[in-house]
Amino acid sequence: MTENIDVVLELADVSQAYDGQLVVRNLSLSLRQGEIGCLLGASGCGKTTVLRIIAGFEPVLCGTVRLKGVTVSSPGFSLPPARRKVGMVFQDYALFPHLTIFDNVGFGLRTLERAQRTPRIHQALELVGLFAEHGKYPHEISGGQQQRVALARALAPRPQLLLLDEPFSNLDVTLRERLSMEVRDILKENGTTALFVTHNQHEAFAVADRIGVMHNGEIQQWDSGHNLYHRPLNPRIAEFVGEGSLIRGVVKDRQRVETGLGLLQGRFNSAFPAGSPVKLLIRPEDILHTEDGPLSAEVLRRNFRGASVLYSLRLDSGDRIQALVPSHCQHQPGERIGIRPDVRELVMFPEH
Amino acid sequence: MTGGPHPQRRAAATTAALRLFRKPSGWQLAAGLVAALVLVPLSVLLLAWLEPAWEIWRHLRQTLLSRLLLNSLMLVAGVGGGTLLLGVSLAWLTGACDFPGRRLLSWTLLLPLAMPTYVLAFVFLGLFDFSGPVQSQLRDWFGAGVRFPDIRSTAGVILVMSLALYPYVYLLARNAFQTQGKRGLEAAEILGCSPLGGFFRVVLPMARPWIAGGLTLALMETMADFGAVSIFNYDTFTTAIYKAWFGFFSLPAAAQLSSLLVVLVFVFIAVEQRMRSRMRFSQGRPTARAERIELRGWSRYLAAGYAFGVLLIAFLLPVLQLLFWTLDIFHEEFDSRYLQLLGHSLGLGLAAALLISAVALLLAYAGRRHRDRLTGLLVRVATLGYALPGTVLAVGIFIPLAGLDNLLIDGARHLFGLEIRPLLQGTIAVMLIAYLVRFMAAGYKPIDSAMHRVTDTIDEASRLMGLRGLQLLTRVHLPMLRGGIFTALTLVFVDVMKEMPITLMTRPFGWDTLAVKIFELTSEGEWERAALPALTLLLSGLIPIIVLMRNSEQ
Repeated sequence: MTENIDVVLELADVSQAYDGQLVVRNLSLSLRQGEIGCLLGASGCGKTTVLRIIAGFEPVLCGTVRLKGVTVSSPGFSLPPARRKVGMVFQDYALFPHLTIFDNVGFGLRTLERAQRTPRIHQALELVGLFAEHGKYPHEISGGQQQRVALARALAPRPQLLLLDEPFSNLDVTLRERLSMEVRDILKENGTTALFVTHNQHEAFAVADRIGVMHNGEIQQWDSGHNLYHRPLNPRIAEFVGEGSLIRGVVKDRQRVETGLGLLQGRFNSAFPAGSPVKLLIRPEDILHTEDGPLSAEVLRRNFRGASVLYSLRLDSGDRIQALVPSHCQHQPGERIGIRPDVRELVMFPEH
Repeated sequence: MTGGPHPQRRAAATTAALRLFRKPSGWQLAAGLVAALVLVPLSVLLLAWLEPAWEIWRHLRQTLLSRLLLNSLMLVAGVGGGTLLLGVSLAWLTGACDFPGRRLLSWTLLLPLAMPTYVLAFVFLGLFDFSGPVQSQLRDWFGAGVRFPDIRSTAGVILVMSLALYPYVYLLARNAFQTQGKRGLEAAEILGCSPLGGFFRVVLPMARPWIAGGLTLALMETMADFGAVSIFNYDTFTTAIYKAWFGFFSLPAAAQLSSLLVVLVFVFIAVEQRMRSRMRFSQGRPTARAERIELRGWSRYLAAGYAFGVLLIAFLLPVLQLLFWTLDIFHEEFDSRYLQLLGHSLGLGLAAALLISAVALLLAYAGRRHRDRLTGLLVRVATLGYALPGTVLAVGIFIPLAGLDNLLIDGARHLFGLEIRPLLQGTIAVMLIAYLVRFMAAGYKPIDSAMHRVTDTIDEASRLMGLRGLQLLTRVHLPMLRGGIFTALTLVFVDVMKEMPITLMTRPFGWDTLAVKIFELTSEGEWERAALPALTLLLSGLIPIIVLMRNSEQ
């Protein structure tokens, strides 16, 4: 195997345990120069522990962590955080309240001469658009600004890798969306390699090039957002990423499957022998609402979303599905409405 | 109707404004009266310079004054360093780290707060004096030639007072370290600091306001201390004031010395305020869960051993010694005289607690009813007395009351031809007024913070549900204030029980309390006999610590 020069971060078979309980299991991943990765998972899935291992705050039980080809963590060895050239944006930002914004950003640049330091601080502050605030203290600026100061502080020493721990979770929803896009732009502009963790898939989609869905300390799929959504590897990912439901079906041949929505034809995600029972993923946008549709379903619940309405429907087969319908069509729970399935990618899992 | 969201409230505000222009309300008058109780003694002390007692003054200046100043400065510097060292190190270990016994130690390290400094002082003298058990034991082991540093020295006083007062620094600093957890250190480390560098560049500076707050409390206590320094025969302003009054019988000289001490205290407060205003920052948003630094290897046992060692020396050994002494003398000392002393102390504490809590409640309501600057200022002044040392207050309160008495006596003689006895001097009233000034803050703070929870919207919500007037008070306000009032009562009660100089200097003749008895016995070196009253005070002092701990656990 040849060593790829481009690879910045490489985790190989990393495991870690607390009190005899494995919190990270045989985890492997790698990031190339300039790539933004994301670990997505519910709280307690071990994703923050992975960041802390990479930062050097936690040892590894087995496996290795390599930064630019240099082993920084292996069983019984851990390079101190200070010597890893890794930056980190903490969930609560951990800005130093006794220092100004300027000094916070300059904290990691102590070894530089003043003549080099000041322009670097200015540059970092300009990158996040906060140059005007440099004389203020952390408590004097807003939450969104604090977040960007934390980013500037982490970027100023020019780390080879930036880690972000739930960077947007302390912000309100509208700010979160704007900042997540801003942060991606800043990181891309800067060419920074970054790994961040979140429980929010919209953030993951907005910021990351590659996303790892984590569950129980394992990465279940390490892929682009598009593939996670359209080609999930298992039912858990299918239900965790995006909205959707799994309905029962029986494989007819190599392209068709018989379901409560009729005989559906399309490309299979993997080969199934004819006659095998499967679970088929149906996304809300796969179901079209037509008054004269070939099928009808009972409305169980409606969830008004402004431009569209998300209906929960029950098919005659008893399967439940969701449908995203333009909001000018008004239907009440209990009504029956006409639907037509429009499924191209057939994502199926064997029925257990 | 106008479009305002709260027409009633605006109308109420208007009438309130009108009322203010008409005349000050009863609330403001009451607050003003309490504020005057603080201002009068202060002005009396300053006015004492109008007729200086030159004779005594000259004597003082030649022999004593430079020593007093030097002693006070050494004491403040020494105790400041000692409490910082002990308080900060213990706070960081129990607040941000984890080691065996941490939970138990983290609250037991507060126990020395229960021990009045003068009790720790005489127990230490008893323990470490030439004839005490420690030195005798050492001589038994190593022969008569063994040398032991003299406990009756500057270093000795500083050690004793540091051990007694470090909990102030410890308590506040621990809160800061606890919320900080290891996050601050981690942020510093990832930015290239070594753990030790991170401690000094981030962990300590982040906790600085809290450490400074605790240090201020400890140093105010140091400057006000009378009991411990007089037991050690270490002359400071407080002992000099006492001697001027009860040794030279010169009240003017006592007043002038007092005013000097007041100036010292105010300079100290001013410096502290100035420094604090430059570092007014908050802890940032509280973290969901601050994780502790797990100490590993031998350092865990070193940490546990160090913390336990401090507890042993500052609390456990002294308590044991007190217990032994008490057992020795119990059968001869536990008698009706002791019960009388106990009765006086309890009664005085209870009376003062009720009085001060009632006045504190009044101040808190005044502040709630009137949110203008004047009322705020009056309340601030009214609670300023905690800064005045007890000896100073005793002088400052006694002089105007004695003057008032003389006026009354003269008036009665001239107007009615009556010979009356002094009405106020030597009554419990003088003591209670002095306590009121000194301990107002202790009673006001808990009640005021409880009052802050009774917001305007609480009142409005209660009114909407049909509660009015007295009902609002009994069914909403009092239940919400109950905890605060209880804390105030406890704190003041114990403070007054332990109080020594005011009680000693203004009590009715021959009317002794436990604290006064300790002073009398220890000034004759009767450590053993002082043990029973000391143990009693110690037990009462444990009450607020338990309350404090219960509050901080929540």
